[in-house]
This record gives sequence, C-alpha cells and structure tokens, in this order.
Amino acid sequence: MSIYSEKVMEHFQNPRNVGEIKDADGIGEVGNPICGDIMKIYIKVKDDKIVDCKFKTFGCGAAIATSSMVTEMVKGKSIDEALKISNKAVAEALGGLPAIKMHCSNLAADGLSKAIEDYKKKSKTKK
Amino acid sequence: MDHAATTSTDVEVVEAMKPYFTQKYGNPNSIHSFGQEAREAVEEAREKIARLIGANPSEIVFTAGGTEADNYAIKGIAWANQKKGNHIITSQIEHHAVLHSCQFLEKHGFEVTYLKVDKYGLIDPEDVKKAITDQTILVTIMHANNEIGTIEPIKEIGKIVKEAGIYFHTDSVQTIGHIPIEVNDLGVDMLSISGHKLYGPKGVGALYLRKGTKIVNLIDGGAQEKNRRAGTENVAGMVGLGKAVELAEKRLAGGEEGKVVKLRDKLITGIMDQIENVRLNGHPTKRLPGNVNICFEFIEGESMLLNLDMKGVAASSGSACTSGSLEPSHVLLAIGLPPEIAHGSLRLTLGKDNSEEDIDYVIDILPKIIEKLRALSPFTGSWDGLKR
Repeated sequence: MSIYSEKVMEHFQNPRNVGEIKDADGIGEVGNPICGDIMKIYIKVKDDKIVDCKFKTFGCGAAIATSSMVTEMVKGKSIDEALKISNKAVAEALGGLPAIKMHCSNLAADGLSKAIEDYKKKSKTKK
Repeated sequence: MDHAATTSTDVEVVEAMKPYFTQKYGNPNSIHSFGQEAREAVEEAREKIARLIGANPSEIVFTAGGTEADNYAIKGIAWANQKKGNHIITSQIEHHAVLHSCQFLEKHGFEVTYLKVDKYGLIDPEDVKKAITDQTILVTIMHANNEIGTIEPIKEIGKIVKEAGIYFHTDSVQTIGHIPIEVNDLGVDMLSISGHKLYGPKGVGALYLRKGTKIVNLIDGGAQEKNRRAGTENVAGMVGLGKAVELAEKRLAGGEEGKVVKLRDKLITGIMDQIENVRLNGHPTKRLPGNVNICFEFIEGESMLLNLDMKGVAASSGSACTSGSLEPSHVLLAIGLPPEIAHGSLRLTLGKDNSEEDIDYVIDILPKIIEKLRALSPFTGSWDGLKR
C-alpha cells in the first residue's frame, strides 16, 4: 500500500528531465522552506516553442513527481500552450494526488509559468 | 524500524488475551463467577503494572491509551484545583496529547507556560523553578521525547515541584518498559502509560495516580475503576497490557536496554560516518535506547521514507508532509532547527526484534537513497540561494 498512485510512484522513482540547463532561457522557482517544497524549473525556448525543460526539486514524493510530470508535458509545446498547463492538470496526468498534497506540493505548473515569465522578461530586454 | 510509532503485539500477549473474548467474557462488575473471573484478571494486570513502577495497585487507573491518560491527568488536575490556582507548566516539545490538552485549558481561563528546551531537547530544571508562581497547580513534562528520544531530568524536576507543593505529571509512554521507572524515585504524582508501545495491544493504557491526588474524572458513568474511570472494562486489553508489562520487566532484567543501545549507537555511527551534511537530533547519551533521529540536509523526509519503504524499511520523519500539518515538527523547531533542515529528518526507532543484520542493511541502503535524492535537489552542498 502506498499513499500515492502507481503513476506518481513511477515518476518519483524514475524522475524525467532532472538537472539544470546552463544557458536556460527562463528559470522559475516556487515554494518555500516552511512547507518544505522548493522547485526550480528551467526552460529552453526556440521559435516560441519549449524545446527543453529540466527541474531540480527539494520536496516530498508529490513534489518530485509533479516536477517530473510537468517537464514531460511541456516539451514541444508553444509558450501559449505551456501557460495553459495547470497544477490540476499535472495532478490529473499523474492519476491524482492525495487531498493534503493538492495545495502544498502541487506547484510544478506554477514553476513553469514563472519560468515562462522569466523568459518573456529576458527576451524583452534583449530586444 | 518505527517502534516509537507502535510495536507488534507480542504473541504471548495475544495468547493471554484470547480467553477473555470468547470463554472468560464476563463483566468484572457482575457478582457471578464469570464476572469474578474477569475481575480477578483485571486486578492481576493492575498488580503487574504497579509492580513495574513501584506503585500500589490501587494507584493504577486503566484508560483507553496514553492520550486519555494525559488528558485525564492534565484536565482532571486543572478542574479539581482551579480554586487553588490557574497556572500550568509544560514544555514546547510535549506530545500533542499534552500540548492540545493544555491549549484547551487556555481557552477556559487557565494560563500555561511552555518551557523552552536546549539544542538537545533538554529542559533545565532551573527553568521549571523560575516558572512556578503562587498560581501554579500542575507541572507536566514528558519522561522522554517521542521524536528525538531525549530523556528529561524528571527526578531533578520532581524535587523542585515537590518542594513547591505542586502536582507533577509525566508522560512516560516512550519509556515504560524500555528503561527502569520507579515513581517514588522520579517524584511524580501521575504517569501516563500506553499499551502498544511496549508490545501490548492498542486502545489500552493507564494512569498512575498517587494516593491522595485531588483530581476530577474525565469519563463519567458507572463506578468502574473505583469511581475514577467509567465504562465497562476492556478486560482483554487490560490483561494484554498486564502481560506486556510482565514481559517488559523480564526483558529489562535480562539486559535488553543495553542490547538495544548497542544497536542504536552502531546505526548512528554507521550513518554519520558515511554521509556528509547530517546532524544527530536529541542528546547523544541521555536518549531512549531505540531512538535514532538524524537530519539529512538538502532533502525532504517523506521522499526518504518512500524510498526506505520500497526497500522494506518502515521509518518516520518530522517533515510537514508526514506530520499531517503544513509545518515541520514542533519538536525539531523547538531545538532550534531551521524549517528546511527539520524537513530532512529521519527517525528510526529500534525494538526487541531488530538484529545486527537489520542495522547493517540500513547502513548499506541509506547512503544510496540519500545520494539519489540529493541529485534531485536544487541545493548541493550548501543552502546558497535559499529564499525565505
């Protein structure tokens, strides 16, 4: 018996796209040390498309699995499509999360949005 | 390795309990022989508990567990002595059964002092002395902490409290049957006991209540437990607790404590020698025989527990995710740990059935788990970049 779905445990055990992107076009950080989840999402953008996405996460099983899942969901998507990915959608793609985790540990999509925001800011200053 | 959460009920305990479900199911309050058979069994169990802690059998009140015993002691003393005063002294690191009972009383006009602890989780008896006012009616300090294992100077505190003529309660759920306890030596008036932490059944416990203690009841009803705790007796549970106590007494006499301490220290050393950026929580020697509590920096507790669980090791943590709240353990914060480090705590609690091989196994698998999780962490080797 596990508190998590099989899909969550699978991502937790074999997280996808772990790491940093050295020359990332955008970096988003969410979470705080009080609740114990801190996620850093890195994106690489080319022609308005997210071509690479990596993460580093300090947190519980749900935090790690949602981080992993969001990096998989976003690859190849346009900026606009990526912004539409919600925390809820990430949880659903993982076959659901325990209720208590929905608030504190389900922040990966927010992390992605922040990375995109960061990208937009950076590309503006470049122009 | 989660014996502080609960223990398996000893086979001998289960065997002792069995007849009291289907054959000897009498109500101990009945006059007929079936009832008297059950009565005798309950009184025998009471005697065993009294003997283990050097009390008189009439001073043992059965309850539905350690939590009820804590509630009974704290609320019972408060209500019974409110004309004398309204002040209670406790510590910041108590079990929630004590903390929440005190918080309840605060809402009803009582004042509570929550004493601070040092970095090891120790309470300074001098702080107890300083906190006493002419309104103080109760001091309640746990015998040993359930998370970090620190054993408090109960005897020293007991002397101070006795001199001041105040009631003294200790929650000894984690110590009873694991280290020797003698109520007169400790100088306590009340002491809480739980069955399932010493290989007894869940749902049964007891409160040692020194003769002459002025207390009101928590549970009203029939005249059971000499008018102190109403409700038809949980005969099988009480018999089980009695048996568990009897077996614990034998184990203590046979040097069990020393054996567990040896395993504990081997585990602590094995982990701390191999893994960097770790710290031992609790006192190195004034510590429960089976308690290991270590923080691993840069990773979070629940993710460690999931990995250990997959390898067949049951453990616990003080992280928010495992405490069921949004914050890490109040005990780890009270010993001065910042939240990000408190989240990385791992508690392994050993018991009578853990072997040398179990320790070797954990020492073998844990470094790999820590390494795997640290590879995922945005913090490598330092907390640089942490935003508060």
